[in-house]
Amino acid sequence: MIRKRRRLIAVLAGLGMLGLATGLVLSAFSDNLVFFYSPTDLKEKPAPRGRELRIGGLVEAASLRHESDGKTVEFRVTDGKSDVPVTYSGALPDLFREGQGVVVEGKLDNAGAFRADTVLAKHDERYMPREVVEALKKSGHWQEGAAQPQGEAQR
Amino acid sequence: MIVELGHYALILALMLALLQSTVPLVGAARRNLAWMTLGRSTAVAQFLLIAFAFAALINAYVTSDFSVANVAENSSVEKPLLYQITGVWGNHEGSMILWVFILSLFGAAVAWFGNNLPPALRARALAVQGMIGTGFLLFILLTSDPFRRLVPAPLEGQGLNPVLQDPGLAFHPPFLYLGYVGFSVAFSFAVAALIEGRVDAAWARWVRPWTLAAWCALTIGIAMGSWWAYYTLGWGGWWFWDPVENASFMPWLAGTALLHSAIVVEKRDALKSWTILLAIVTFSLSLIGTFLVRSGVLTSVHAFAVDPARGSFILLLLVIAIGGSLALYAWRAPQLKGGGLFAPISREGALVLNNLLLCTGCATVFLGTLYPLFSDAIGGPKLSVGFPFFDRTFVPLMVPVLVAVAAGPLLAWKRGDLRGALQRLWLALAGSALVVLAGLYVTAGGPMLAVLGLGLAAWVFLGAAVEWSERVRLGRAPLADSIRRARTMPRAAHGMTLAHIGLAVTVAGIAASAWQQERIEVVRPGGTVALAGYVLRLDEVGKQPGPNFTADRADITVSRKGETIAVMHPEKRFFPLQQMSTSMTAIHTNLLADLYVALGDSDGKGGWTLRAYWKPLVPWIWIGAVLMSGGGIVSLSDRRWRIGIAARARAARAAQPAE
Repeated sequence: MIRKRRRLIAVLAGLGMLGLATGLVLSAFSDNLVFFYSPTDLKEKPAPRGRELRIGGLVEAASLRHESDGKTVEFRVTDGKSDVPVTYSGALPDLFREGQGVVVEGKLDNAGAFRADTVLAKHDERYMPREVVEALKKSGHWQEGAAQPQGEAQR
Repeated sequence: MIVELGHYALILALMLALLQSTVPLVGAARRNLAWMTLGRSTAVAQFLLIAFAFAALINAYVTSDFSVANVAENSSVEKPLLYQITGVWGNHEGSMILWVFILSLFGAAVAWFGNNLPPALRARALAVQGMIGTGFLLFILLTSDPFRRLVPAPLEGQGLNPVLQDPGLAFHPPFLYLGYVGFSVAFSFAVAALIEGRVDAAWARWVRPWTLAAWCALTIGIAMGSWWAYYTLGWGGWWFWDPVENASFMPWLAGTALLHSAIVVEKRDALKSWTILLAIVTFSLSLIGTFLVRSGVLTSVHAFAVDPARGSFILLLLVIAIGGSLALYAWRAPQLKGGGLFAPISREGALVLNNLLLCTGCATVFLGTLYPLFSDAIGGPKLSVGFPFFDRTFVPLMVPVLVAVAAGPLLAWKRGDLRGALQRLWLALAGSALVVLAGLYVTAGGPMLAVLGLGLAAWVFLGAAVEWSERVRLGRAPLADSIRRARTMPRAAHGMTLAHIGLAVTVAGIAASAWQQERIEVVRPGGTVALAGYVLRLDEVGKQPGPNFTADRADITVSRKGETIAVMHPEKRFFPLQQMSTSMTAIHTNLLADLYVALGDSDGKGGWTLRAYWKPLVPWIWIGAVLMSGGGIVSLSDRRWRIGIAARARAARAAQPAE
């Protein structure tokens, strides 16, 4: 009898915990899922303004401009078909370079420009973000083997 | 030649692992002692063979043998010796060799130190270790052979990714793997116990030290990774909820729960099947972590080059290991007899609460990490889960853990007195209330949650201190008496206090990060940046050659109220071979706060971008981790774990006439 009641308490505590976790997860999911768009996606089906989203592609060649305050930069992210202007204030990662793959996270402003609060570049120059590869493949600008290590290509 | 021998040693090790995963198991079922003890010799031989293979690979790196593809792709002649060696595990193939090397080390350790284990349990545990070894050796030999030759051999290698040329990262993987793989011992013992159908206090006494050792290493490994991210990435972040960080954090959470539930098995003979399940889950999470990192299914800063064949192979291993052990669990666990009863308010009850919360927290991290993968797999939208998700799910779950951690150790086993415990904690309560009030007063209108976080840290710290002083009767008995008590107290008790204090220190460091200040400015030589009461003057930026890079090195004089405190030298390094640059930040710390300066790009007109941060209490995050791990080591040195003592004590007790 007493063993059963104690087991019941344990099970109830477990269920309570599970309920609590589910509640927390659902409330956090509703506004913390960040969807991924390629520049072309963004043109075709406008994304909600003011919501966190991610854009991936290549940093367009000769599009990088530094503002005079030393921390704001502007560049364009392209998938070969469409491009999006991005402004970012802060430290660019060491691997950020024109012509390289990049993922930016932030919000669209009313003018259709993207205000990034995070810029992700890989710390391996051989590696291209998976989403970027797929976005490039979709727009037909993917060259097979472009992001492969040289050693792999020799095989 | 040595390279081929290394390859051959790996194949031999695989054969031995196959032998080890079958013969002792059959021997244990048939009670054949010779077959059972075979596992010990194969475990040691396997270790020697894999150690030889590992040494052969290191030798190829140190002698820059570019006829080995793995060396050519990941090393170069002019790299410093230390990084030629650590470069061995800076790539996929080498890191898998390190993985099986550590696995075989643990297997051999079980064989060496397992003298007082029941032979059948030892044989079965070693057989399970053999199975894990078989899986991973097959994986290496079939998909990731580090000894593959390259014809023709290039004259110079492609070099290591410069970001990995760093002491913090050089030793991060070995510690992480010691943790990951160390949990395999708990897993093997759990599976062996399931086959045997028996779990008792002796089993827990065996599993605990292994879990503790793995946990200590994993704590240090995670802290090193976070410390590395802090000082290299250039903006002072130390945790990103990156999938790969989560991959190491999940086994840590489950392992922490396992440590605590194994105490209940040992002391009270309860929670047996739960502990077995936790041991399985902890190692499964380690395997999933390996899968996430090695298969490249998740976009992460850590992912090595993607190879689908490897991904599917590890996935298959995962399915066999996790599915098999869980199926065995479902079949055998109901036969494990439940042990001692306890009231909800008791030491056991508190440990159950700790377990429930840690596991729930672990589950939310799991969900947040794998949800993007899941969404992608079912053809849903591509998405990622941002760090606010983790802040809003994981952090609230950890608050009750921290509240309970101070009270739990003060409760008695079986039936505790919560009111009594809280009365004894009045000092801790008053102290943390004082911290919160002082925090609110000083930072009026500042970040409320951070102030509460500091209060929680004070609560945990004071709670641990109160518990310790109660134990030694500090202030109630003469001082000499207290000292004597402290010296005769089991080391494990000191270890717990130290680990809980470490937790408090880490929490304080995390909470205080809300008060950091930052300045990003373009400065010409002679110009200054003011930050948190300090003045940073950029004196000059000069070129400086390194072993395989050239650096722009800044001289920055830091002063406070006109007094020079330090000269800092942040660098920007350029590696010509890889055409990459990395930042070396400069950090000046007084252990209460860090001044953190990174050198950005030149604007081409003589100005340089400087990023300067003032980060209060941030070193405490890692000091706390070291204390936690130190607590684990102190606990490991407890007499009870030493070889033979428990068995001898049991024998002595058995020799006495029945009470």
